[in-house]
Amino acid sequence: MEFSGVKRRKPWLIGDQRKASYPHSLQFYLQPPSENISLIEFENLAIDRLKLLKSVENLGVSYVKGTELYQSKLEAEIRRLKFSYRESLEDEYEPRRKDHISHFILRLAYCQSEDLRRWFIQQEMDLLRFRFSILPKDKIQSFLQDSHLHFEAISEEEKNLREQEIIASSTSLGGPKLELEYVYKIPFADALDLFRGRKVYLENGFAYVPLKDIVAIILNEFRAKLSKALALTARSLPAVQSDERLQPLLNHLSHSYIGQDYSIQGNAGKISLDQIDSLSTKSFPPCMRQLHKALRENHHLRHGGRMQYGLFLKGIGLTLEQALQFWKQEFIKGKMDPDKFDKGYSYNIRHSFGKEGKRTDYTPFSCLKIILTNPPSQGDYHGCPFRHSDPELLKQKLQSYKITPGGISQILDLVKGTHYQVACQKYFEMTHNSRDPDLDNRRLLTACPVLGMYALPTMPTVGTIFKDIVLREQCVVETAWMVYMTGRRDLESSLEDGGTEAS
Amino acid sequence: MEPFDPAELPELLKLYYRRLFPYAQYYRWLNYGGVVKNYFQHREFSFTLKDDIYIRYQSFNNQSDLEKEMQKMNPYKIDIGAVYSHRPNQHNTVKLGAFQAQEKELVFDIDMTDYDDVRRCCSSADICSKCWTLMTMAIRIIDRALKEDFGFKHRLWVYSGRRGVHCWVCDESVRKLSSAVRSGIVEYLSLVKGGQDVKKKVHLSENVHPFVRKSISIIKKYFEGYALVGQDILENKESWDKILALVPETMHNDLQQNFQKHHSSLQRWEYLKKAASQCPSNIKNEKCGPWLEWEIMLQYCFPRLDINVSKGINHLLKSPFSVHPKTGRISVPIDLQKVDQFDPFAVPTISSICHELDAIFTSEAEKEENQAESDIKHRTRDYKKTSLAPYVKVFEQFLENLDKSRKGELLKKSDLQKDF
Repeated sequence: MEFSGVKRRKPWLIGDQRKASYPHSLQFYLQPPSENISLIEFENLAIDRLKLLKSVENLGVSYVKGTELYQSKLEAEIRRLKFSYRESLEDEYEPRRKDHISHFILRLAYCQSEDLRRWFIQQEMDLLRFRFSILPKDKIQSFLQDSHLHFEAISEEEKNLREQEIIASSTSLGGPKLELEYVYKIPFADALDLFRGRKVYLENGFAYVPLKDIVAIILNEFRAKLSKALALTARSLPAVQSDERLQPLLNHLSHSYIGQDYSIQGNAGKISLDQIDSLSTKSFPPCMRQLHKALRENHHLRHGGRMQYGLFLKGIGLTLEQALQFWKQEFIKGKMDPDKFDKGYSYNIRHSFGKEGKRTDYTPFSCLKIILTNPPSQGDYHGCPFRHSDPELLKQKLQSYKITPGGISQILDLVKGTHYQVACQKYFEMTHNSRDPDLDNRRLLTACPVLGMYALPTMPTVGTIFKDIVLREQCVVETAWMVYMTGRRDLESSLEDGGTEAS
Repeated sequence: MEPFDPAELPELLKLYYRRLFPYAQYYRWLNYGGVVKNYFQHREFSFTLKDDIYIRYQSFNNQSDLEKEMQKMNPYKIDIGAVYSHRPNQHNTVKLGAFQAQEKELVFDIDMTDYDDVRRCCSSADICSKCWTLMTMAIRIIDRALKEDFGFKHRLWVYSGRRGVHCWVCDESVRKLSSAVRSGIVEYLSLVKGGQDVKKKVHLSENVHPFVRKSISIIKKYFEGYALVGQDILENKESWDKILALVPETMHNDLQQNFQKHHSSLQRWEYLKKAASQCPSNIKNEKCGPWLEWEIMLQYCFPRLDINVSKGINHLLKSPFSVHPKTGRISVPIDLQKVDQFDPFAVPTISSICHELDAIFTSEAEKEENQAESDIKHRTRDYKKTSLAPYVKVFEQFLENLDKSRKGELLKKSDLQKDF
């Protein structure tokens, strides 16, 4: 048995035993830690990890994930805070232990609400993705095994039978070099992010996944497990919180990041219906502007459009009565029978205000949701114009909105690079004469980015939402930028995992 | 066939629900062998009655209860929903949040109106034998994928009664799938993307996934007959301009000129194929080769699914053997072995089968002496004497397969538990 010569605050395990307890530089956090630690260490570990996760978030917003720049910056940050990341380094025990314990401490703080959980899971996933991406190939198998992920590799013969199909399906395979790759056979439902974008070969209910694509699946597994674990943690939280030593710390941790809540209470009744037409051209994002125009022209909108636009109107302050009046007036112009409106449409409007059914007070759709789900088809006007419009038609639209040619080409470039929300921000800047904000080290907000971005300059009534933030941050436009950059980061990671183009 | 008059529906439905609706088979389906307790009792049905009165959260204790209620309420439309955690007709007594949809078949709805931008013969609710091929192709493509790619065994395809088809996937594991996986399946099956704003709706990458390749093979079998002859998509300048919108601008002049020289869509299509595969590879960002040809074929022929129908576990869909109130046609199962021969205009209407029944009944009643006896005998076999019979047979074959699978599963399970 080796004795480590260096003195530590808490010598716990020695030599080979230490290596055995943390065999890898990354982990799935399946087992909670079981050692005793001091309160001071408890607090320091938690704060360090929180700093790390915030860096993960900021870097993900400032740089495209997976690029060299992103990776080198993230690695530097992890090293600075003394967390584990690489397999091959000497004496990884302390950083790995720190990683393990601090994760579980933050679970206590971040299990408490849907928003907190979502944020925590997102950052942990980004962190895991990075660490997995720098794991050497020969270590991957053993890592999977140690993490109890039962992915079975198929035999050579089975692989050869399907060689053509597997190569044709998996864009990550660089060419006909299948002999060198492991291929795993997984029930199709376990490979959701791969098969939905047709990025994997399916046969008889199984997905044939090459090693390179296993990452997406692993991350999914991780997200599912962590999500469940957080729910369980929340249930046992009262017992933890009753410990007076921990309560103040946990509260402090979860409040240092807590998103602005876009529940609409403070807002209702502050716009009048006759303001909407002018607001739609001056302050609405292009997606809502387009919906409003279509509604006025056709005196009708299909379901997708009614949902997206209706919730937006609610978010900017329309009351239920106003909404009912607004939609009814317009639909009647389209020769709809007022009774038919009452029977068929008013129920749905009341439902979205939380007055029917299970009484959920629905919040407006985020950019992420609009871009990634329910794409428009023939006869629809919802969706995101930057994502869902033909580039040619988008260009014409922007021209009709009087954007400068320079601005238009910038926007189209961003659209080509799938940075839809940045394109929207550009549109915002072009129509509002504001400057580019500086991103680093700002606090980020959650919830409805579309609403946030457009609520500010020309709508003093909705500015009440941002009163606190404005006073603290002292920069209204930058706050708006922050608001939807949260959505952008989610979008980019979803695009990486799921892909957008048909194949 | 007897002409259908919607005003006669109340009378026709009365007869239909008393003598023709195949209750036994219907119950056999939704009961799924009685393996799971209360599976049928927790199933939601919705009825649309006369004057558009819509009632949700209907549920029934057993086949006889279902029969009685349907005969009493005489619904114009019947929809099937999910299997819930509690009896739907008692959902108001359940604690808030506890009443949840738990399982449902995976369903697909393919509607002809979604193809209005690519069919020249009809639009909106109209269909004809020319555009019906779109449904034939859709069924072949989707069914192949559900069977071969996803391994789904129990797929029931049903004519919706007017302008489309539905598919019910009833495998046990499939009924339990989450909303996310259902959405994923629809995404996997989707290739045509975009609304009014988008001209070119299909974009293939260089790597062509086996699903796409196999779908194209299927379309190729129908393309000439359907698109080049039936729809005549390159007939004149107006129609071929639409195709040119899908093709790189650099090719337009050449194609316009040569299209003038040719005399039929067939010839023009041959020319387009040649031109597409020959175009020089130094055109930036434009693909040439077979991809272009495939993208056009797919935009004109590939199935268009409504994701909202498939992803929600609690979504309500028109029931098989329901009547379409506007056309009078019965929503009948489609025989997959004879998909190419399926003719929506030959599907019996409620008036035609009631008429058939009347004709038989009057002639038979003259022979029967005991009225009550004849009534019961009639009830159990009446549909067999009408044109509904072959469609019920298709349904029964489907039920046989479900039974066989179930027996197989039970055997496996009891083997594992060493039950003898």
